Amino acid sequence: MNWEQLLLMRHELQLLAVILIVICAEIYFSGKDKSSIVPLSIALFGMHTLAGWFPMGEGALFGGMYRTHALIHFLKNILDLGVLVVVLQTAGWVKKQLVPENRVSEFYLLLWSSLLGMYYMISSGDVLMLFIGLEMSTLPVAALAAYEVLRMRSAEAGIKMILMAGLASAITLMGISLLYGATGTFSLTVLSQKLTGTGLETLGFIFFFAGVAFKISLVPFHFWAPDVYEGAPTGIAGYLSVVSKGAAVFILMILLLGFAPSLSGIWIGVLYLLAILTMTIGNLFALRQQNLKRFLAYSSVAQAGFILLGFLSAGQDGRASIIYFVLVYIFSNLAAFGVVHSVEAATGKENMDDYEGFYRVNPRLAMVMLLALFSLAGIPPLAGFFGKFFLFMSAAAGGYYVLVLIAVLNTVISLYYYLLIVRAMFLRKSAHPLPVIQNDYWMRASLLICVAGILVLGVSSGVYDYIFGLCVRL
Amino acid sequence: MNILLLLLIIPSLTLAGLLFCKEREQARLVSVVGMGLQFVAAFYLLFAFLQERAAGNTAEMLFTSSYKWYEPLNIRFDLGVDGVSVALIVLTAIVTLAGVFISWRMEDLAKEFFISLIALATGVFGFFVSLDLFTMFLFYELAVIPMYLLIGIWGSGPKEYSAMKLTLMLMGGSAFLLVGLLGLYFNSTGAADGHTFNLMEIAAGGIPVEAQRIFFPLTFVGFGVLGAMFPFHTWSPDGHASAPTAVSMLHAGVLMKLGGYGCYRVAVFLMPQAASEMAWFFILLTGFSVIYGAFGAIRQTDLKYINAYSSVSHCGLVLFAILMLNKTAMNGAILQMISHGLMTALFFALIGMLYERTHTRIVQEMGGLMKVLPFISACYVIAGLASLGLPGLSGFVAEMTIFVGAFEHADTFHRVWTILAVSAIVVTAVYILRVVGTMLMGPVNNPEYAHLPAATWYEKTGALLLILPIAAIGMAPLWLSEMIRFSLEPVIRQLGL
Repeated sequence: MNWEQLLLMRHELQLLAVILIVICAEIYFSGKDKSSIVPLSIALFGMHTLAGWFPMGEGALFGGMYRTHALIHFLKNILDLGVLVVVLQTAGWVKKQLVPENRVSEFYLLLWSSLLGMYYMISSGDVLMLFIGLEMSTLPVAALAAYEVLRMRSAEAGIKMILMAGLASAITLMGISLLYGATGTFSLTVLSQKLTGTGLETLGFIFFFAGVAFKISLVPFHFWAPDVYEGAPTGIAGYLSVVSKGAAVFILMILLLGFAPSLSGIWIGVLYLLAILTMTIGNLFALRQQNLKRFLAYSSVAQAGFILLGFLSAGQDGRASIIYFVLVYIFSNLAAFGVVHSVEAATGKENMDDYEGFYRVNPRLAMVMLLALFSLAGIPPLAGFFGKFFLFMSAAAGGYYVLVLIAVLNTVISLYYYLLIVRAMFLRKSAHPLPVIQNDYWMRASLLICVAGILVLGVSSGVYDYIFGLCVRL
Repeated sequence: MNILLLLLIIPSLTLAGLLFCKEREQARLVSVVGMGLQFVAAFYLLFAFLQERAAGNTAEMLFTSSYKWYEPLNIRFDLGVDGVSVALIVLTAIVTLAGVFISWRMEDLAKEFFISLIALATGVFGFFVSLDLFTMFLFYELAVIPMYLLIGIWGSGPKEYSAMKLTLMLMGGSAFLLVGLLGLYFNSTGAADGHTFNLMEIAAGGIPVEAQRIFFPLTFVGFGVLGAMFPFHTWSPDGHASAPTAVSMLHAGVLMKLGGYGCYRVAVFLMPQAASEMAWFFILLTGFSVIYGAFGAIRQTDLKYINAYSSVSHCGLVLFAILMLNKTAMNGAILQMISHGLMTALFFALIGMLYERTHTRIVQEMGGLMKVLPFISACYVIAGLASLGLPGLSGFVAEMTIFVGAFEHADTFHRVWTILAVSAIVVTAVYILRVVGTMLMGPVNNPEYAHLPAATWYEKTGALLLILPIAAIGMAPLWLSEMIRFSLEPVIRQLGL
């Protein structure tokens, strides 16, 4: 085998190098110096993110188990951006909480291993590889959710996550074994040619789908999300809600639209139904939430329902709208999580009532939150509007006007609860407002990135055009 | 540079300038300068437009330009105006400037207030200059969302409730609208390269009748919500009553016109067959709005509620006239939009001034104000007379044209509804004159009123800005009517009349 071919895996190798350097730094630095691991990690990951944008070749490795091309490469870059924002947002928390406990490098190790798992998951050309990637991306997150182990809620979140994830993996594995039994192959390419939609294949496919749906937290596989988000450290909740979900959406897209179009008779109906359920139930539960992390959890369940609309159009526009929406969603949701995180870090408060009069004390943070919420609700001229519009458009292209109408009415419901936070921040005055919040540079940088994304991504059409161009193949 | 683009750049720059303001004085100065420039630009557009027409340019849309935006989906930003949109742009510029003057004394979070107000106006301007369904929809939503903050933060009474109700109902309307627009896009055949959002191209290619039957009601209801069509009008009284003065002015004066304009420009223009088939049903609804609004206004005691219901009635008349689907009535509809925009803005401005002085909006608690507040009271009488359609003021021209147009239909159904709608005008006279009598005439019933401060310069400026065009249109309606009439040709052609 030609060693140069391994460079196709440059993205993974880079991240592996970053992880190894951070482990070495852990050995190298001692005592008080440990806090310098944080800037080092951020710098290394920033470099990794940048380097990811350099052009890369395409092809397959290891007998088709690993494959890559321009679109896959771009998807990994999107995930990198999300993780970069998460890393920036957690920097303050890591310094304050983890450095004294001497648990810094493990944090980055876990976070990035999970990202590595996602890379392999997206790049997999083989069901087994896919499963390994799926596992690798899920297990570290359970550890991360329980990272503030002395806090009961965090420990509870970790246990919940690991139990649910374990069950989901078992079901996925069951699905894989059924698919293997029906077709006799693990290779996705061969599988896609052999699938004809027999009963056994359908059963296997549905089991497999359930495992992925768990990661996207589609209704009815969403029950873990609010509890885990609420208990996990806020940065990790943000990671779960955008990066982990985004990766799962990507893999679902590659599998359904790329490899299982022959089964579309089955999954289109399933997705149609799940889209309605996910949007509606996510929205209805979000209406009553007081805790902002739970609130964002349900809101992100609902957002996942909107994403499913993009799957109904087989064309390039459908895929492009999915990827574009995930990209926009990363910025919008992480901006909201960033604000919740800074408030929580400064005051420990995370209820909606606590935000009353927020604008008068912290105008900038309130503006960031306003932009984030409006983008999530799909208000022009913010990026979220375009993301949703293109999703609706691709569903309408398939003729699913009724579904589009249900979805748009759901955005009106979602607007209601997003406006509840706006109401607390802008309309209300409080006798005991939150104090003035001073963020560190890392957090400010992350919010700046998010706001820039929210403002620029929609109005300038270049990004969408680029994604659309990449979507010729999956 | 394209003059229409300028109409978007000026408010955007004003918004950018406002971001850097610190004091209230700076903020209102920037707003007044920005909206003053916009006012000048709008009149420049009017004259440029009239000159082009006088020079014999008979293109349907003038000053058109097209910018590529989302190329893979064939989404462009297309600009262009005809007589109808020019008239509405000028109206918007007038009302916005008057609104800024009226808010001169804004105390709390003044900068944020002006930012939201001008963001709203930007949305309205963008809507009127767009020739493209996508950008129209974008600007439509952009115009609606600031209302939440404007009513919620600076409003009065049950402001949180009203703000939420208004926003959700209007956004619910836009949900139907969005589906309608997507349906138009995917059924469009006019463009050389696939589907299109461009209005003129869709109109040229035509929409299949089966699709029209599905998407016409969605689109008409979507815009109709904003036009306060029964039974989707309930946001209007609450919203107007809770909103601060300038916002009521802009909302009733301009924003509700988006509904009428959209029904005319999108629903009827692009889907003429369905419009003729289904007009009867919507005539029932809008005709009912006209009557219901008028009787609703009679029962109210709060000045703002009176005006809000009166707006439901008058805006219902706009939609009613559009649904008559003939040239005269549509001409009247556009005139009515402009006339109602000016006079209802004037009403709300005056109510704001009165409330600031007397701290009440209940008609019965006031009396004899003509003696203590002559300027404001005289303006109120003028607005009232315009509203009940006195010849010589703009309201008469508009309503007369509408009813003449409506009467051109000889069948019983149209006749009956026209007569019912005309009778609403009589009711208008009842509630207007009763208010004038109770509130302005008679003895001063509250000794504290003897020392009320007279209108200030900025209040007078704001009021005069609105009264002058009301009188001008009333005295010399012909040029405006001609300008609009010519622009109606494409719609009439589409309808095959």
